[in-house]
Amino acid sequence: MAVSHVRYIDKTRDYYRAEGYERAYEWAHFETIPFTPFAALRKPLAQCRVGLVSTGEVIRRDVDPPPDDPRRLVYALPTDLPVERFQSRKAAYDRYATTLEDVDSFLPLTHLRRLADEGVIAGVTARFQVIFSEYSQRKTLTLDAPAILHQMREDGADVALLAAV
Amino acid sequence: MGLAARYLEEHGIPTVVFGCARDIVERCGVPRFVFSDFPLGNPTGRPYDLESQRVVVQLGLDLLASASVPGTTVVTPYEWNTDHSWKERIFTSTQPFLDAQATEKWLAAKEEYRQLRQKGEL
Repeated sequence: MAVSHVRYIDKTRDYYRAEGYERAYEWAHFETIPFTPFAALRKPLAQCRVGLVSTGEVIRRDVDPPPDDPRRLVYALPTDLPVERFQSRKAAYDRYATTLEDVDSFLPLTHLRRLADEGVIAGVTARFQVIFSEYSQRKTLTLDAPAILHQMREDGADVALLAAV
Repeated sequence: MGLAARYLEEHGIPTVVFGCARDIVERCGVPRFVFSDFPLGNPTGRPYDLESQRVVVQLGLDLLASASVPGTTVVTPYEWNTDHSWKERIFTSTQPFLDAQATEKWLAAKEEYRQLRQKGEL
């Protein structure tokens, strides 16, 4: 029998309550879901440039890491570097069960470049975006998401893949 | 992440979210979702397993074009381990989710955020 997926909403509520946090986090919830049908682009995937977003707090290994930004704003990094040049400094993942050592397991740059070489997609945007997993939904909606949209438009993204660590 | 996907989609960019926390992503409601029943951390395939990564990314691209309604979830064909005890242990007192240093950093960031917000700088 298939084992069910983890109920993170229930588990985190119980976990943080035991830690002394009285008020449970209100996870975002919407009744309706926006939808842009792929057909609306009026072109095949082979002509689409793919944007990529990560919550992996990715930094470059080959340059000095930027200082922590207290505002935790969206930032971008180039996509044309080997994944070995990147690393994650995210602490919030299941560090007991897995690792973030293989960047492609949460930021599939190697695979997107291969798909571009194979002609499956037209290419990858010049930059990918890093967004912090935020407590504040207001900040995500008023600052982070518009920043990502702005950069995606500048870079000519037709579609976007978002990988949540 | 779900909120960002919704925002892009509202503005004409079709999206696919890859993630390991099915209940959180589906509660938010995203247009297209590739769910990996893996520990939090590897939404696009098993570490150092190029084949599973290739398959998961391809599932996402296929879903882009094939989804006809919003809120479509596709589940990857992979099991993390035949031993599922990691699912029980996550977020329990025996396995603090963040270590002491990360907890301290997180609390400091939250406080700094609160102050920036109070000053109207965020």
